[in-house]
Amino acid sequence: MQELLDKYFRKDKLPHIWCPGCGHGITLGAVVRAIDKVGLDPIKTTVVSGIGCSSRAPGYMKFDTLHTTHGRALAFATGVKHAKPELNVIVLTGDGDAAAIGGNHLIHAARRNIDITTVLFNNSIYGMTGGQYSPLTPTGKLATTAPYGNIDQAFDICKLAIAAGATYVARGTVYNTTQLIGLISKGIQNKGFSLIEVITHCPTVYGRRNKMGTAVDMMKWQKENTVNVKAAEKMTEEQLKGKILVGELYSDTRPEYTEQYTKIIERLQKEGQQ
Amino acid sequence: MSEKKPILMQGNEACAKGALAAGVRFFAGYPITPSSEIAEILSEELPKVGGRFIQMEDEIASMAAVIGASLTGSKAMTATSGPGMSLKSENLGYASMAEVPCVIVDVQRVGPSTGGPTAPSQGDIMQARWGTHGDHPIIALAPNSVKETYEVTIKAFNLSERFRTPVILLLDEVIGHMREKVVLPDQESIEIINRKKPTVPPEEYFPYEPDEDGVPKMASYGEGYRFHVTGLTHDKTGFPNLSPGNTDYVIRRLHEKIEKNIDEILMVEEYFMDDAELAVFAYGSPSRSSLSAVRKAREEGIKVGLIRPITIWPFPAETVKKAAQKVSKIIVPEMNLGQLLGEVERYAKSDAEVIGLNRVDGELITPQEVVDKIKEVL
Repeated sequence: MQELLDKYFRKDKLPHIWCPGCGHGITLGAVVRAIDKVGLDPIKTTVVSGIGCSSRAPGYMKFDTLHTTHGRALAFATGVKHAKPELNVIVLTGDGDAAAIGGNHLIHAARRNIDITTVLFNNSIYGMTGGQYSPLTPTGKLATTAPYGNIDQAFDICKLAIAAGATYVARGTVYNTTQLIGLISKGIQNKGFSLIEVITHCPTVYGRRNKMGTAVDMMKWQKENTVNVKAAEKMTEEQLKGKILVGELYSDTRPEYTEQYTKIIERLQKEGQQ
Repeated sequence: MSEKKPILMQGNEACAKGALAAGVRFFAGYPITPSSEIAEILSEELPKVGGRFIQMEDEIASMAAVIGASLTGSKAMTATSGPGMSLKSENLGYASMAEVPCVIVDVQRVGPSTGGPTAPSQGDIMQARWGTHGDHPIIALAPNSVKETYEVTIKAFNLSERFRTPVILLLDEVIGHMREKVVLPDQESIEIINRKKPTVPPEEYFPYEPDEDGVPKMASYGEGYRFHVTGLTHDKTGFPNLSPGNTDYVIRRLHEKIEKNIDEILMVEEYFMDDAELAVFAYGSPSRSSLSAVRKAREEGIKVGLIRPITIWPFPAETVKKAAQKVSKIIVPEMNLGQLLGEVERYAKSDAEVIGLNRVDGELITPQEVVDKIKEVL
């Protein structure tokens, strides 16, 4: 633990700003453990974020870090990766940041299969602005802007990423960090666009309003309401009703964007020499 | 020395070629008339020099990608027109706050909104100045010929690198699409300015600690400096510091690095101003008609001169102040309803009367219209 802190954290920036009980610290811990597990060179790794609670994470991380505008992390990250493909680029984002205002950038980063690993901290709410509903807030839940219950349909961001062309898509929980670290590690290792949705919890402005109990209760909820995608194969539709699938949801190989571009450069420069 | 052969070139092409001469290595954009040729040419040329082009999903994303690329050390640019400028404004403010060099080309067309995609306008003058929210400095340049577009594009990159700031290049549909005979300078004769890089070890580097000229040294991502960049108000370390004292300091420093070095930024040409009793103040396309009109009026014995700013922002206030003490009237022809006229009035004060000559019909202001105006106000 101390070794990880020394190696990957800007310790003078701690303690973090997240509320007591927030799942974001666990998620950040899993990201850093995955980086360590894969063995990324910290000098050649850039961490990019947008705006929101999740997006404060890079500030604590001892890498080149870029805290951008709301929703635009993937667009900035695309510039970083495309301009300097040797960098490992990791995007830390939230459900509002990536699924609402940044939805278009998510679709297109996935479509290009650009080698960026996106970790989406899904706490089902806009935390930093005080508890408004996001595109991933379940129908019926209360939010400061849904005082009579949310009538929006939440969408499945993993299905969206798969449909758009991501080559590695997974979902984990902060309850099961062992699994989560493994999923993020595989996302980093995938040569292409990866999305890891992390079900995390906001006890302060989501859990309390929706009477979901303490942070520990909310983590128990994650345990009880998720089913591993492999176990789900043997379960009936009835058994799976209302359950959230976790684990590796999709994995594929397709040409990566910046590699394709590098091939064009190499071909043209070869032709130029002839 | 062998004579260089003149070539026929379009304004947008001159912009792309100027960018290449300045060392552009990254372009992110989104198709929009009348700027698309810049993207098309750079999509073809950039990979040949090891640079990278990308067509993004929208204008917001292209501006974001440009900033990301610039942080890795690439000279980066984007090009658009008014509707796209509206979208780029969000991250233009980020580039200003985070002090990331980049060049944004706005080939102006008639607005508001979708307006007239293929008709020229100078309707984005104030958008260039204040399009993004908050008190921010900006540099905006407006060339008036194909050759000058080439030169001023290089200048735009130099200023953005020199001052770690976004620079807007304001063309208009006529300048962008016009073809003229040009002789381009040899690459060796072109002055290229690159951003100052840190020489200290990473533990001693403060990414936002300015040198005496007000400009901090800029490391690139991937070099080991492991620094933080944010759009939040930050101190010299790059980390958020929203204290009143720091907020005031940062916003004033951003302005001062431009104002203190204004002599390096201002480009203004004057014609026949020595004995002028009347002045025309014009930039971009209308400055061509104006020069022609001033020459014609001179032939008729009218003591009129021309002030032609190439640097629009920061505004050449001293030039106007000085001129206003000399002439009784200043005519400001613009393809808008008087956007820069307000600035001329602000610095001319009561010393000279400021008179607009405005067209917003997507047509050029003709030399005859300027001549007529000169005679009308005499």
